[in-house]
Amino acid sequence: MIEIRWHGRGGQGAKTASLLLADVAFSTGKFIQGFPEYGPERMGAPLTAYNRIDDKIIRIHSNIYEPDYVVVVDDTLINSVDVTQGLKETGGILINSSLSPDEVRKTIPEYRGAVYTVDATKISHECLKANFPNTALLSAVIKITNLMNREDLEEHMLDSFKTKFAKKPEVIEPNMNAVRRAYDEVKGGNSYDK
Amino acid sequence: MIRERLSGNEAVAFAMKQINPDVVPAYPITPSTEIPQYFSSFVSNGTVDTEFIPVESEHSALSACIGASAAGGRVMSATSSQGLSLMYEMLYIASGMRLPIVLTCVNRAVSAPINIHNDHSDSMGVRDCGFIQLYCESNQEAYDNIIMAVKIAERSMIPVMVCYDGFITSHSVENIELLEDSVVKDFVGKYEPKHYLLNPNEFISMGPLDLQNYFFEHRKQLADAMTDSKKIIEEVSEEFAKISGRKYGMFESYKTEDSDACMVILNSSAGTAKVVVDKLREEGLKVGILKPRVFRPLPYKDLTNALRNQKAIAIMDKADSVNGFSGPLYSELSAALYSQSISIPSINYIYGLGGRDVKETDLEEVFRNIIKISKDGKVDKTTNYLGVRE
Repeated sequence: MIEIRWHGRGGQGAKTASLLLADVAFSTGKFIQGFPEYGPERMGAPLTAYNRIDDKIIRIHSNIYEPDYVVVVDDTLINSVDVTQGLKETGGILINSSLSPDEVRKTIPEYRGAVYTVDATKISHECLKANFPNTALLSAVIKITNLMNREDLEEHMLDSFKTKFAKKPEVIEPNMNAVRRAYDEVKGGNSYDK
Repeated sequence: MIRERLSGNEAVAFAMKQINPDVVPAYPITPSTEIPQYFSSFVSNGTVDTEFIPVESEHSALSACIGASAAGGRVMSATSSQGLSLMYEMLYIASGMRLPIVLTCVNRAVSAPINIHNDHSDSMGVRDCGFIQLYCESNQEAYDNIIMAVKIAERSMIPVMVCYDGFITSHSVENIELLEDSVVKDFVGKYEPKHYLLNPNEFISMGPLDLQNYFFEHRKQLADAMTDSKKIIEEVSEEFAKISGRKYGMFESYKTEDSDACMVILNSSAGTAKVVVDKLREEGLKVGILKPRVFRPLPYKDLTNALRNQKAIAIMDKADSVNGFSGPLYSELSAALYSQSISIPSINYIYGLGGRDVKETDLEEVFRNIIKISKDGKVDKTTNYLGVRE
């Protein structure tokens, strides 16, 4: 089973991203869970969302305390939230940041596992002319977790965008660009000792 | 069969779409809001021909259900927490008038302090209102039970409350197997009430004054109907197994055949408990769980028979009776065991109130305690509060 924890802020779409990831994993025939931890629902307040992905039925219904992967939607959260808490060193952390993995590692010095970064905000601004980093982050997390190869991912996302943007077909290609760019541009993956 | 991924609320709204009831009166309350929200979009899109009544309170929601059901309609609604509290007066009227309403209760704590998260205080607080109560571990069980509830209610002429955990089940997206629309439609069939107010060939009055002369007999009829509903629930569950391949009993036993220590636990935490059982079994510890599905009527003979050979039992309550003794499930099950002359050391845990996360480690602590009790037979304290800070 792969367990993933998302850290974001209210309004940034961490919950949506976790549900999209559940969708992608579901489409590959996996058993999935996607659930946010609901708190005071304020724009900008830190929030957490979770995913479980497995080949067999998932019965556990508690939060995730020892995730394999953590995704940080907003890197300013690193200062206020212990984003690596319980994170397995065999797994990794993916951070939406303009910094390199080595630079980001300095902000989470206790964590010895793999660190990845992708500038999902920049990709979103350049492809979508708006700050919707979800699509790019989703693509990056799928790459680092090996959930799907690039070809299958593109096929799946295209199908999904065709449904989601049935009334706005002009945004499908920009979103596909964000998917492709994030898949190519995600950096890092070395653990501390390497 | 359709493989999908849906949240519990989406699954229930989808089941309601397939059932296509005559009337759905509802008032929104977290975490059940999405049910009338999604359902109202089915109404607007014309995918159902239900009369959707957006009322001004839960008291009105259930009142409208009662009126519509008495008139002869198939009626459904959904609520949570304070919403169910506000329905309290009308719950007894729905059951007393023998109206087969299906009400989803997405379980949430009851104020104060105010809290939107899950425990079972709401449905446990109305356990004597004369509704059948079905409890669900997952979105799949919520979907299945809602479909079965329609038939159970109409055959027994008792309203049914389907309960599942707020947020944990209601808002978590998981895999689910859905039935084809036509299969659900055939399964629930056409509702043909024997007596109803809009029948032009039979002029009747419903819910009139009923004093010393007959009230007692009518209440006894309700009590008998509740007792007899067990058989109806079994029949409907059999029929459902034929169309779905999923078989439901009064309760689910998990690895209790040879267990010495058994946990009795409702809803989503039962799933987590199964994971803990598997883990402890690898250590060679003989543990199991029993998950009641039907709490009303209380299948006390079946439950006690299933527990008869255990050496220690932990009965888990996600609601506190605040009665100086124990939670509701413990009170009822220990009385049931006593009535069958079964004496097993047992312990009660109040857990997870107000959405306090129920972790594997919490349940493991309970199992380790009852394993100890199964050996020495000693219960230091009957009622315990799991993981609470003191």
